[in-house]
Amino acid sequence: MINLTIDDKQIEVDEGTTVLEAAKELGVPIPTLCHDDRLKPFGACRLCIVEIAGMPKPVTSCTTPATDGMVVKTVSEKLHRLRKTTVELLLSDHPNDCMVCISSGECKLQELAYLYGIRENRFTGEMRDHNKIDTNPFITREQNKCVMCGLCVRVCEEVQGVGAIGYAERGFEARVTPPFGQNLDCEFCGQCVSICPTGALSGGIWAGKPRGDSVKFTDTTCTYCGCGCNITLRSSGDEVVRVDSDKDNHNRGWLCVKGRFGFEFINSKDRLTTPLIRREKGGQFEKATWEEALDYVAGRFTEIKDKNGADAVAGLCSARCTNEENYLFQKLMRAGIGTNNVDHCARY
Amino acid sequence: MKFGSGAMTNSVAEIAENKAIFVIGSNTTENHPIIALRMKEAVANGAELIVADPRKIPLVKFATLWLRHRPGTDATLLNSIMNVILAEGLEDKKFIDERTEGYEDFVKSIEPFTPEYGAEITGVAADDIVKAGRIFGSAENAGIYYAMGITQHSMGTNNVCAVGNLAMVTGNIGKYASGVNPLRGQNNVQGACDMGGLPNVYPGYQKVDVPANQEKFEKGWGKSLSAKVGLAATEMTGAMLDGSLKGMYIFGENPALSDPNTTHSVKAFKSLEFLVVQDLFMTDTAQLADVVLPGASFAEKDGTFTSSERRVQRVRKAVNSPGEAKTDLAIIDQIYKRIDGEGDLGKTVEASDVFDEAVSFWPAMAGMSYRRLEADSLQWPCPTEDHAGTRFLFEETFNRENGKALFTAVPFVASKELPDKEYPFVLTTGRELFHYHTGTMTRRSSGLNTVAPEAFVEVNPADAEVLGVGDGQRLTVSSRRGSIRLKARVSNIVPPNVIFIPFHYKEAAANLLTSDAMDPVCKIMEAKVCAVKIEV
Amino acid sequence: MNSKVTVNVCMGTGGIAAGGDMVMAEFIKELEAAGIEDASVNEKCRLHKVGCRGFCARDVLVDVAIDGEVSTYQYIQQDMVKRLVREHVVGARPVKEWLVGDDYHTFHDNQTKIVLGDLGKIDPESIDEYMGVDGYKAAEKALTTMTPTEVIDTVKESGLRGRGGGGFPTGLKWGFCAANTADQFYLICNADEGDPGAFMDRSVIEGNPHAVIEGMIIAAYAIGASIGYVYIRAEYPLAVDRLHMALDSAKEKGYLGKKLFGTDFDLKIKVKLGAGAFVCGEETALIASIEGERGMPRAKPPFPANKGLWGKPTIINNVETLANLPHILTKGAAWYASIGSEKSKGTKVIALTGKIRNTGLIEIPMGMPLKEIIFNVGGGIEGDKLFKAVQTGGPSGGCIPQQHIDLPVDYEGLASVGSMMGSGGMVVLDETDCMVNISKFFLEFTQSESCGKCVPCRIGTKRLLEILTRITEGEGKEGDIDLLLELAEDVRDSSLCGLGMSAPNPVISTIKYFRHEYEAHIKDKKCPAKVCNKLLTFFIREDMCIGCGMCARACSVKAITGEKKQPHKIDNKLCIQCGSCFDACKFSAVLKE
Ligand SMILES: Cc1cc2nc3c(=O)[nH]c(=O)nc-3n(C[C@H](O)[C@H](O)[C@H](O)COP(=O)(O)O)c2cc1C
Ligand code: SF4
Ligand code: SF4
Ligand code: FES
Repeated sequence: MINLTIDDKQIEVDEGTTVLEAAKELGVPIPTLCHDDRLKPFGACRLCIVEIAGMPKPVTSCTTPATDGMVVKTVSEKLHRLRKTTVELLLSDHPNDCMVCISSGECKLQELAYLYGIRENRFTGEMRDHNKIDTNPFITREQNKCVMCGLCVRVCEEVQGVGAIGYAERGFEARVTPPFGQNLDCEFCGQCVSICPTGALSGGIWAGKPRGDSVKFTDTTCTYCGCGCNITLRSSGDEVVRVDSDKDNHNRGWLCVKGRFGFEFINSKDRLTTPLIRREKGGQFEKATWEEALDYVAGRFTEIKDKNGADAVAGLCSARCTNEENYLFQKLMRAGIGTNNVDHCARY
Repeated sequence: MKFGSGAMTNSVAEIAENKAIFVIGSNTTENHPIIALRMKEAVANGAELIVADPRKIPLVKFATLWLRHRPGTDATLLNSIMNVILAEGLEDKKFIDERTEGYEDFVKSIEPFTPEYGAEITGVAADDIVKAGRIFGSAENAGIYYAMGITQHSMGTNNVCAVGNLAMVTGNIGKYASGVNPLRGQNNVQGACDMGGLPNVYPGYQKVDVPANQEKFEKGWGKSLSAKVGLAATEMTGAMLDGSLKGMYIFGENPALSDPNTTHSVKAFKSLEFLVVQDLFMTDTAQLADVVLPGASFAEKDGTFTSSERRVQRVRKAVNSPGEAKTDLAIIDQIYKRIDGEGDLGKTVEASDVFDEAVSFWPAMAGMSYRRLEADSLQWPCPTEDHAGTRFLFEETFNRENGKALFTAVPFVASKELPDKEYPFVLTTGRELFHYHTGTMTRRSSGLNTVAPEAFVEVNPADAEVLGVGDGQRLTVSSRRGSIRLKARVSNIVPPNVIFIPFHYKEAAANLLTSDAMDPVCKIMEAKVCAVKIEV
Repeated sequence: MNSKVTVNVCMGTGGIAAGGDMVMAEFIKELEAAGIEDASVNEKCRLHKVGCRGFCARDVLVDVAIDGEVSTYQYIQQDMVKRLVREHVVGARPVKEWLVGDDYHTFHDNQTKIVLGDLGKIDPESIDEYMGVDGYKAAEKALTTMTPTEVIDTVKESGLRGRGGGGFPTGLKWGFCAANTADQFYLICNADEGDPGAFMDRSVIEGNPHAVIEGMIIAAYAIGASIGYVYIRAEYPLAVDRLHMALDSAKEKGYLGKKLFGTDFDLKIKVKLGAGAFVCGEETALIASIEGERGMPRAKPPFPANKGLWGKPTIINNVETLANLPHILTKGAAWYASIGSEKSKGTKVIALTGKIRNTGLIEIPMGMPLKEIIFNVGGGIEGDKLFKAVQTGGPSGGCIPQQHIDLPVDYEGLASVGSMMGSGGMVVLDETDCMVNISKFFLEFTQSESCGKCVPCRIGTKRLLEILTRITEGEGKEGDIDLLLELAEDVRDSSLCGLGMSAPNPVISTIKYFRHEYEAHIKDKKCPAKVCNKLLTFFIREDMCIGCGMCARACSVKAITGEKKQPHKIDNKLCIQCGSCFDACKFSAVLKE
């Protein structure tokens, strides 16, 4: 065990804990931009700097392992000045279009600009000319909003194991180059989109959809495979506008392309909206009221049962529907009709 | 099942801590992407990954060892790996002594499966079989993961037994970060099974032909119940065709496209007197129905799903259904009340009430309630209110009468339909990352449909050369049951003489070709192997 | 004629470029023609550019030795050989006017050569020649008679500090590394040498690769590394070739591989070619690069000595650091510690360039005053201009002005005036250099070489450069100097790696010593050194102009008019101060003020 002091507060942590993690445990806030506790520390944004007694210079808390007896300061005039300069530098190379940016309100850079009260910028200068917005069926990239935190590159490599994105060029021109669309390696899982702190990466199908107060968040479970990922549906009115996932859940916020981007079926125009009855074999479907349809269904099944016995009826329940529905369905077959002829299609 | 359960014995999060991982018959990265992330994490942590798959699936990139066995030879591969484990003394004697039975017979049954014999049948080099045995046998804790690739065979039950044997012989069951782990294809296969969506069991796997169970449910439901095991889905086709089955109620499934030998099953549905289909869309099956009822999507309803790792989780309503569509629960409830003639039609059914009723019949979930699930999901068994749920099964005992797991000798059985002169290729089917099942949902997602717009058949370059087909060229693939036309994707993902077709596309439905040969025990279809021919 | 004649022709890359091979062929032909049979002609310094002597500006250099009496000639060309043979070899009368001058001797005599000692004396492609100068004896001594700890202690006592720039005590670093428990340790020789203008490491590898290998054996033994890497830039083909050759012959002799010198110590050395990015010389970026990733620095701690290549304890040492080791082990720590200054021991190889007479590669004892280096070894300022400053430590070092001319050149001395040793670059500046422009020049380099990982370096250096640029273009604003300083300090204090931390040094030090030049640019819109064109007025001196019209043709905005053969005129309203006319005029008739 390691004992250290952060802002005059004592804490005991395990070997290998970083200063940032220790501070978090203590509830001491340290600004970060390039850090995500699901990934290896990177140390790029330099916002998480702290002063450690005995060290000649501020160090990044996200990368520095805590050591016994360490005395850490997270707030000082010097640190404030350095962090503010960093934010100012970032903003000096960032389009000022929060108003129309999809990430407004969720953008870490926006938050930092606000926290450090940056209205005017001492460092206005050339902006990167990656003004092009490029997009593929899933991911929209506005590279001039990229802060080079490297989170997308790292998540793709470390978590997804794909490595579809990397860095190119040097100096001011350095950039992340996601070979979007062209590179077959991309699995479109959108992990990068979910982790990008700014509006540089966003879901293509999110564009132009409500992002503010009108959006409701509902925690639920993904409807696709047996992984059972936790997702949050964002909806506006009766439209689902976005899916994301909280990083504290059992799937750690990671989703696959279907879970993250495959939600449009919910609001598809093709959805069935009224009961349909075909009264004669070979006839056409006719719209019906629920009352009609339900009575008709109950009546016909009862008729068959009465005439041919309960085992002349069978039901297929659904591996995609809820436990409650499946339970009730088999109860309907067993207790209502009186047959054990109930199964579902996918035995696995 | 030999342990007494058909769920993942262990949890997904534990995978990261496996020292060795054996994946067989599961294209995990594409079908269970998030579980695959844990496998990648384990590899990054230093675990050794063995992948057994005829196709060069994406997971192969992370594997220490890739065993490219011939389709349909899984059990032989597993047996010969166990032969190595026994020959090299890597078995877990203590575990075998204390917690299993049937070992002697099992050992005898494994004798013929030398690596050389295994190599001959499976096409995997004997050296690699030995390597696999050593890796798996000597790992401190190792897990096995499988999916339809193992089960969708006429000898699927055998395969599952062989997988179980491998875990038992190495003592990799009933402990942390190990286990036998079937990965469930659809989001709630686990729940559908748990809830009694099977012809032979009530909720909680309580057999319908055991009088005590029948009594319990008769009492609970206040109805007299049938003691006769019902028809399995695969048996229903025959019953429809011979006229004994006259009425059917299908919800949330599209068997006209997902069933093997589709032509056959479409004919069957057509011969029904009365068919009700309840779905989100006018599916191929719905087209055949007499009544179509508009159901609700997961985003429109409250309830629970149970994932592969036995995790029961809440589904919550976010939006209203379009038009007059209703939740499936409400529809079923209404029909039930109407058939039953009892119950207040004006009262809407609450998901939580149904949940409470369901778990009251099954001790493994008896400790769960919506109140508890509101805070966090729970993994069954969770027998009491204060039970935290179970991360991995069988820590102390197995669900058999004497508490011991049973070794089952698994002989070599060939697939029902092997390639011959006329149908020289082996067809295997499966999913691709971008679509789900018959595509009713995913093909309505703009992005998914853009990146994966059409059906394809993977053909090995060597075969393509002989057939004279180029990448992207249209081909006709036919089996004894039907034929489809689709684009060739020339790729060495598949080995020579094997082709692969995803089954999501109705315009080229792979299941028109597949065989409806069934596993005699679990009645699953043989979707993974059938014989086909290719014409340009 | 029975005296023994030896002729050495400089055949390094520089020598060859100056016509060395033709000179040599001519010697062979002429000596034969003169009937001198026992004469031997050597391509003595098959090094690059300044290889052996560090004095390639004088190529082709030729030694003519008769009975051990050596005379050195400079600037020799093919057509001069005939006379040399006739008068010196045959006639025993050296050709006085072609001999090197006193400056050649002051250049050499004021140096202390340890690392460069054998360069040019032995054939770098022959392991036997290296063994002829006691090569591999030091490694043998270390491995067979000393424990690793004793080796570390010896190096500690010698006071050797890293020559790659940081100046960290080598023995101490080894000690940290060796204290780890791990199944594998690594040693990396850093031969990336990305400083523009630096070429000491290349010269050492080209000229004496075995010394580096021997140093690596000693270091690897001390820390217990069985695998070593040489990370060398791919743009050094000759060095890479020589290195491979040397590794092969060392392996053949059993100095690399299994059971070295009959001990249980194994060592394998692999060569890894660098992609030529400056930042790849930074140790953590270098490690990332060997691991196959983009050469991007990683945060320290953990330090490579504890967690380096593939997460294992790793020592990275510079070429020059390693090349010192055989000497330290042979002659002892006390001998080494006797050279140099109090805290900086031994010698430093320095690349001397800029406005100085004797440019080249030199090796001086630590602590030699700046003045001596510039005026003795370097022969003073070129063209009798006034000394202004010297930039040390490469592009991220600092500028040292006249007032510190007596400064001892060692780690502490340089740091005390805001500069640094770096890899040992030294650029002498005279009165015609504009300090604002100089700092802009260096920043241009570091800015474009920033790996882009961290914000202060990626964007901060860009903004610094923009401010400097506007100052040199007459767009400087009140407050710009303070803004520069503030930003420079912030970049220095919050960047991740040495590149960003030191990139602002030129700005900070030039402001410190030459603030008035900045002010002149900003307030008076004047460039005192007359370098920044945008701040100058161009005009043509009528008395010098012959009316050739070159200037008018060079002017892109047609600001110059004039009749043929008549003095031309610049219209300053049109002039955009591009300086093309100034460069175009062959008669120095264009002036700027
Ligand atoms: C931007 C940058 C570039 C560097 N380039 C080199 C280089 O080319 N060669 C070198 O030996 N050290 C270079 N270094 C220093 C190395 O990081 C490291 O300190 C050195 O190799 C350690 O060896 P030493 O202890 O023998 O000096 C560089 C440092 C920085 C920050
Ligand atoms: S795209 Fe986003 S996540 Fe990626 S480096 Fe840029 S800001 Fe970071
Ligand atoms: S200081 Fe510059 S070179 Fe170093 S890590 Fe940061 S951006 Fe890269
Ligand atoms: S959060 Fe630590 S450097 Fe970015």
